[in-house]
Amino acid sequence: MGLIEEVIKGNPRAAARIMRLIEDDVPEAREALKKLYPYTGKAYIIGITGPPGAGKSSLVDRLVEEFRKQGKKVGVVAVDPTSPFSGGAILGDRIRMQRHSTDPEVFIKSLATRGHLGGLSKATDDIIQVMDAMGKDVIIVETVGVGQDEVDIVKTADTTMVVTVPGLGDDIQAIKAGILEIADLFVVNKGDKPEADKTVRELEMMLDMSAPREDGWKPPILKVSATKGEGIKDTMEALEKHRKFLETSGRFESYRKDRVAHAFENLLRDKLFHMVMSKLKENGTYDKLLEDMFSKRKDPYSVIEKLRCQCVLDTENN
Amino acid sequence: MEGTERKVKILVTKPGLDGHDRGAKVVARALRDAGFEVIYTGLHQSLDQIVHAAMEEDVDAIGISILSGAHMYVFPTLINMLKEQGLDDVVVFGGGIIPTDDIPELEKAGVKKVFLPGTPLEEIIDWVKENVKPRAVSF
Repeated sequence: MGLIEEVIKGNPRAAARIMRLIEDDVPEAREALKKLYPYTGKAYIIGITGPPGAGKSSLVDRLVEEFRKQGKKVGVVAVDPTSPFSGGAILGDRIRMQRHSTDPEVFIKSLATRGHLGGLSKATDDIIQVMDAMGKDVIIVETVGVGQDEVDIVKTADTTMVVTVPGLGDDIQAIKAGILEIADLFVVNKGDKPEADKTVRELEMMLDMSAPREDGWKPPILKVSATKGEGIKDTMEALEKHRKFLETSGRFESYRKDRVAHAFENLLRDKLFHMVMSKLKENGTYDKLLEDMFSKRKDPYSVIEKLRCQCVLDTENN
Repeated sequence: MEGTERKVKILVTKPGLDGHDRGAKVVARALRDAGFEVIYTGLHQSLDQIVHAAMEEDVDAIGISILSGAHMYVFPTLINMLKEQGLDDVVVFGGGIIPTDDIPELEKAGVKKVFLPGTPLEEIIDWVKENVKPRAVSF
């Protein structure tokens, strides 16, 4: 089991192996995660989301540069879409992150969504755990290019950044629900374009009109040009401000608790589903049930109500 | 959770100075359409960058597109660097402007396959399907 010790020491090659096993969901991955679990929960996780082509990868590249100047170890998880037709994918986020591609303290991992909706891939949270256990101080998670409703990132990240660009639509787009509600920070990228100020104003107006957030945080709006490197310092300051806010308000800890619950619920859902399914499939019960429902002799609602499952937590070994 | 199929991961990359990536992109796209996960690095990669990317992404194969004439240096050097990193089970293949006379020597150096200009995409896909498998799980 030398691989686990190597990951904890920060060995990228060992970490890469385990991440791959997690992606492919082989049984060994689960064993590795069990052993890494005690070493997780320390990293600061930044989520970056926004529409395709908004410049998320270019912005990540700049942020990595700044964090490296501060001497922080950085992990990057970049998610790109899987083709719904072939199951294949082209993962191209590394193209914009060349400057860090040989830095031993920067680990960049590309992930394909593999059919998972919500802007991330199913493996994302577990991959973050590995980077966390490796000793990365900051982990930046870049979602796929999203539309209006892919908001999984809030459950994963401490600070969520929504990147938008000028010219995507009128101010009605800015008052719709969805990704605009999840931003702790707004970045208007391609800020050197003439319409950028208008986009900033529209976002300001949207924020002024909406009710104050429950946590009392007022999301700042930053005008940035990621390719030219403008507005990056301000963005870093805004990130630091939000991180301090999370710490002083106790949210840094409570988000971690929420994440534990979220991860546990997901695992539980998977586990129960497989337990019940394998039981149902014994002796051909499942096929018979399907046949009965198809021919309308039974309905699925009653079938579910009649399920009785014995659920035992073996506390002696826990 | 259980019993998902492992996916083959391929790094498609262009080392060095030549700036023509049309071929690499066409191949990347064809591999995607065949169901592979392709990590595309873009142009002007140093060998260090390629090895680093292959390590971090834990790929099963590296496909190199090379039109610059530096293939007799690039392929053997890369294969040695991979070995030094313990990545000797990564399949290296390539294509581009490569004289047929050079192919035997490249194969001797460890290049698994060289595709010449005009190779039908199906031939590349079939070869990858046949010769690249997800790397073994080792603990």
